[in-house]
Amino acid sequence: MALDQSFVGRTYPATDPYEVGREKIREFAEAIGDTNPAYTDAEAAKALGHPDVIAPPTFVFAITFKAAGQVIEDPQLGLDYSRVVHGDQKFAYTRPVRSGDRLAVTSTIEAIKTMAGNDIIDIRGEVHDEAGEHVVTAFTKLVARRAEEA
Amino acid sequence: MTAQISYDDVEVGTELPAQSFPVSRATLVRYAGASGDFNPIHWNEKFAKEVGLPDVIAHGMFTMAEAIRVVTDWAGDPGAVAEYGVRFTKPVVVPNDDNGALIEVSAKVAAKLDDDARTVRVDLTAMSAGQKVLGMSRAVVRLA
Repeated sequence: MALDQSFVGRTYPATDPYEVGREKIREFAEAIGDTNPAYTDAEAAKALGHPDVIAPPTFVFAITFKAAGQVIEDPQLGLDYSRVVHGDQKFAYTRPVRSGDRLAVTSTIEAIKTMAGNDIIDIRGEVHDEAGEHVVTAFTKLVARRAEEA
Repeated sequence: MTAQISYDDVEVGTELPAQSFPVSRATLVRYAGASGDFNPIHWNEKFAKEVGLPDVIAHGMFTMAEAIRVVTDWAGDPGAVAEYGVRFTKPVVVPNDDNGALIEVSAKVAAKLDDDARTVRVDLTAMSAGQKVLGMSRAVVRLA
């Protein structure tokens, strides 16, 4: 069933802030095997001009995808999450995420398309810090495969 | 932001040092915990096969995280990455054996975008088992 086009442009309320912890960044960096000292050593990060350790570029996805749950689980939209696969992902950064950030995400449905029976939804997640400054925008394309294939 | 590579020193076609990233089942369990993505297709072979996959597959976001290391290691400062996007074209299949899978990433400067902002576009290629696992994989990087 095609998704309702009237949802295009809908913006969901900003999430409660997610506080980025130094040890969570370390855990993530270790999980991807990345030993860049900017992720674990505050002095190394400062030498690069950052006020504290920074997170790897894709770290923020865990936060934006959780926020996208508002869209994915919106009963009025009716997306069948059991059929959803991740199509595309893009990030546009104003600055890297860093330890101590308190990040809120505002999710907007950018586009809804149906191609060959698959529902395709583009979600934009704007991430702002506690001061209201933009940090990064995540663009997530999800594809819900048509029911016959599931 | 303090990239260690100067904009003036790169040309269109400049290749970044390629890297290969091994992936085992243990890697995926660890990434699931760190990222909070516990979808069983990434650790449960029975479940993965029931939904039509050949075997357990790596998280797309894990592959995305590995591929950009070629850029962040080259630039020196991970904060030099201004944009990064990929398309997930093929899964990285991770068998339950001693070898697991390998993600092989190469990259080159595809365009010099802005002489004032000193930004370049880097195009990445990520392969696993002879298949291209990421498409449209591009980063915009602010150089020194």
